[in-house]
Amino acid sequence: MNSLITMNDLTNDDIHRILLDAEKLLPVAKGNFHLPLLKGKILGNLFFEPSTRTRMSFETAMKRLGGDVINLGAVASSSVVKGETLHDTIRMVDGYSDIIALRHPRQGAAQYASDCAKVPIANAGDGAGHHPTQTMLDLFTIKQAHGKIEKLNVVLVGDLRFGRTVHSLSYALVRFGCKLTLVSPESLRLPEEIVNELKEQGGELTITEDLKPQLKDADVVYMTRIQKERFPDDDEYFRVAGIYKLVANDLASVKKDMIVMHPLPRVDEINPDVDSTRHAAYFEQAFNGVVTRMALLCDMLNVPIPENIGGGN
Amino acid sequence: MTADEQSMRRVTAIRNGTVIDHIPGGMVLQALQIFNVDGRHSNPISLVMNVPSRKLGTKDILKIEDRELTQEELDRLALIAPMASVSIIRNYSVAEKLSIQIGDEMINVAHCIYSNCISNAEREPLPHRLKVLKTSPMTLQCHYCGRIQNLDRLVNNLL
Ligand SMILES: [Zn+2]
Repeated sequence: MNSLITMNDLTNDDIHRILLDAEKLLPVAKGNFHLPLLKGKILGNLFFEPSTRTRMSFETAMKRLGGDVINLGAVASSSVVKGETLHDTIRMVDGYSDIIALRHPRQGAAQYASDCAKVPIANAGDGAGHHPTQTMLDLFTIKQAHGKIEKLNVVLVGDLRFGRTVHSLSYALVRFGCKLTLVSPESLRLPEEIVNELKEQGGELTITEDLKPQLKDADVVYMTRIQKERFPDDDEYFRVAGIYKLVANDLASVKKDMIVMHPLPRVDEINPDVDSTRHAAYFEQAFNGVVTRMALLCDMLNVPIPENIGGGN
Repeated sequence: MTADEQSMRRVTAIRNGTVIDHIPGGMVLQALQIFNVDGRHSNPISLVMNVPSRKLGTKDILKIEDRELTQEELDRLALIAPMASVSIIRNYSVAEKLSIQIGDEMINVAHCIYSNCISNAEREPLPHRLKVLKTSPMTLQCHYCGRIQNLDRLVNNLL
């Protein structure tokens, strides 16, 4: 029932509705208004690999809505040591909680868990597979800046080969008619099968190694971290990492409402002097993880979001 | 005599059992594996490999004596020989003609080719499930990790 395993579990209408719900929940997420919509509900946070950011964001989302959280990280690792299957762990946690957020190193784990469980599963990352709540918070950030997610010029920068965040986001953006410019060193290009699939779905793609010329027409510049361990030697890494370093001066002639996003943590893809420009959206993006997950938790638990939260009009 | 009839006669007729024709050339050994025939403890078996076929270019034929394969067993062949035609033989004549039925999903026929897929984790009890997206060409997708399977690799993963 109502699991969120991949973005394909959501129609475009679902996405629009959830983004609207998230917007309505902003005063609750900021702590300005108390709205215990999920009082009495328990979220089972089941993280088989560390991801402090995602785990905390789920936890905060649940607590802002008056719900409770049980963290089963320790249970997960101790069970794994004992050799318990994912099946058995899920069957146990299923009895303790109303919804489960699952992070697991193996691809397909969220679907598998969903087949084992009676409660809904929120996929919080399965290996190199999917991470749909991240995609939703990215879409929410874009919508907050531009008022829409349709037909925007989005520039994706950095490690496009291994970054699952970028893969899911690309599929979602193409669904809404966005134009994608893919900026990466040749060795870290978006995998060809993904490029082909995006094109089949009508995606308009530009592939390049040059970042600077792409900035002028961009509505969104999505930076990602290039990981040192992807390169055979340090020289090659420093050459590539240096190319995609964004500094405040680069933003002198960009569109006024262009935003710079980054899933964080950053290394030095974005110079700290960008933080104080109007374009920096990455800290807001991190906060948006909470409000988007609030909307998703309500949706998965079939709890409607009231209109006019906080007495607004 | 047609080419098909000629090749049927490369081995002698069987009295009782199952004859599977139109297995793509070279795939008959995988077919045996699918039916859990290990060669040492089985009924008499005849194989014909790589004979010319109008439909397939080359084909294999398999005859298993004194065993009538069930429809459920035969459907497992969909992975390697979706076009196979099957005759159940009783007293030297064809008693029943069967064909492979390709369902929406192949359950516990083969396991996902990606080693980091949850379905390949040790002792996980749920069945191996491959969704049939298309039948020509056969396109299979793992139910769990969602990845499309390379069929050449998948036949090495028969269960
Ligand atoms: Zn799989």
